[in-house]
Amino acid sequence: MSYHNPPTTPRKSATFDDYTLSEIRRAATTGIYDIRGAGAKRKLPHFDDLLFLGASMSRYPLEGYREKCSTEVVLGTRFAKKPIHLKIPITIAGMSFGALSGNAKEALGRGANIAGTSTTTGDGGMTPEERGHSKTLVYQYLPSRYGMNPDDLRKADAIEIVVGQGAKPGGGGMLLGQKISDRVAEMRTLPKGIDQRSACRHPDWTGPDDLEIKILELREITDWEKPIYIKVGGARPYYDVALAVKAGADVVVVDGMQGGTAATQEVFIEHVGQPTLACIRPAVQALQDLGMHRKVQLIVSGGIRNGADVAKALALGADAVAIGSAALVALGDNDPALESEYQALGTTAGAYDDWHEGRDPAGITTQDPKLATRLDAELAGRRLANYLKVMTLEAQTIARACGHNHVHNLEPEDLCALTIEAAAMARVPLAGTNWIPGQGF
Amino acid sequence: MPAIDLSTTPLRALNQSLHALAEGSSETEWEVLNPDGRHAVAVGIDAPVSVDIRGPVGYYCGGMNKQATVTVHGSAGPGVAENMMSGKVVIKGDVSQYAGATGRGGMLVVEGNAASRCGISMKGIDIVVKGSIGHMSAFMAQTGNLVVLGDAGDALGDSIYEARLFVRGNVQSLGADCVQKEMRDEHLELLEDLLQRSGITGVKPSEFRRYGSARKLYNFNIDNADAY
Repeated sequence: MSYHNPPTTPRKSATFDDYTLSEIRRAATTGIYDIRGAGAKRKLPHFDDLLFLGASMSRYPLEGYREKCSTEVVLGTRFAKKPIHLKIPITIAGMSFGALSGNAKEALGRGANIAGTSTTTGDGGMTPEERGHSKTLVYQYLPSRYGMNPDDLRKADAIEIVVGQGAKPGGGGMLLGQKISDRVAEMRTLPKGIDQRSACRHPDWTGPDDLEIKILELREITDWEKPIYIKVGGARPYYDVALAVKAGADVVVVDGMQGGTAATQEVFIEHVGQPTLACIRPAVQALQDLGMHRKVQLIVSGGIRNGADVAKALALGADAVAIGSAALVALGDNDPALESEYQALGTTAGAYDDWHEGRDPAGITTQDPKLATRLDAELAGRRLANYLKVMTLEAQTIARACGHNHVHNLEPEDLCALTIEAAAMARVPLAGTNWIPGQGF
Repeated sequence: MPAIDLSTTPLRALNQSLHALAEGSSETEWEVLNPDGRHAVAVGIDAPVSVDIRGPVGYYCGGMNKQATVTVHGSAGPGVAENMMSGKVVIKGDVSQYAGATGRGGMLVVEGNAASRCGISMKGIDIVVKGSIGHMSAFMAQTGNLVVLGDAGDALGDSIYEARLFVRGNVQSLGADCVQKEMRDEHLELLEDLLQRSGITGVKPSEFRRYGSARKLYNFNIDNADAY
């Protein structure tokens, strides 16, 4: 009998996994942090960790094709003379012309119009195409104030003051030089080709007391017509929402860390902020404690993908949701049909996130005219409308199954959680128990 | 001349009256009495009228102004003439922080001093301050002109883009990527025009120094990381 050393299977470190090693090598080679688009990619507690209970003996359901389940939502009923009326509780989140091509912005407007919802401008101002193709347009008021002017403010249907976003609460933006075309440079009053930095704080107010006065100014300029939203990243949702209400918001938008960005540091996206699921109940609690739930509307965004996610967000107390990344996928972003081109860029369909580089083969996150013309705005708009309608149908299906004649009647009692973490965050019982972690001590 | 007394008339009524001015309206001279530090006075005007405000105002007076000439016979709080598009805003007293912030056109004249962050993120406005300005003024200033007859505080022009800064007195320190630049004939002519339009006499353009961007931070380079 001969003896030899039996080989062990080569073992990679769980701590130093392949991605981590590649990032160390990349940083050592380039000397710069990784900048990318999109939101957090790490595994997080999310809506998949919740289930609806459905109706049975204790509740009765509504007939799917006979009994009405409404989906309309009114935003801005607190102070604005002209609140926004939407047919569906799913809005299109803020994305800039600059980050996106003009065609992509047009497609978002077309799709939203068909579905009966709103779109939102981004850092870079309002384009005539965008205004023209969006029946209901929310105008973002950002720290950079690129392109800000009172005429566009008055043309808007609502104003969204951006304090932060889920991908980078506390961070500003960066649009690299290759995306600063003549038109983008002109809209932002900057030289062509430079790296454009967007500030992380507003230039003329600091803190909620100042913001209250800023909102007064915006209301005075627009004769108190427009709903004013405040958008915050998922940092401290209870206090942030309470302060937004105190500052005079008509609508509060809470964007969790899965919410996308056009470009920021990977370290920021993955390590700052809270998951969307963890933000909703504290936000709703703040509104309830102030007696303002349903009076100041809550929009939740960050990782909304389907009608189940919509229904779950509404059941936890949101009035509406917003989608960004999912809307881009509906337009054609990361389509496997373009796999060979993604491979040429060193990535693969489904993983492409170098949106800041402007080389998007789908023609969406680019300012290259040749690439941008690849996107058929009419067709892409139709695709987005289809997707929005499917999500709405899905949310209605769930609401009816839970016995509700309006999606806003969904409630936490319709839910249970699959994990202890999700149960604690959503404040619903762990499946099969009546235990809500963190409560009942 | 319409005179609006803010001790008896709501602010909303004043601003809405100013917004409702039709093209060619004969009501071109307005007077506002007892502003008593109120915020958002005379904001969002888009008509070639003059508005004289008799007393001190709070935040954002003359905000987003177009065409109008707004004169404050007193001091002004933060964000005076913020995001102004055109026209003129004149403050007879001192102003607080963020004067002329993000302004895209027109002229802001401060006859007293301006606090910190004067001209922050300015995008084409001309600002003339007869006194001194506070720290971090012209931060991320994109374009336009800032003229200061007195001194400038710490970190003037930090992360500046293409705005031109002219200071007659001392500059406590310059911010990242802001450097003193040569005063050429074209700058002397520009300054002469700015001084004249702001009603300043007895001061020569040659008494000023010019500051602007070194343009070293326009594209990211890891070796400049200490400067950010």
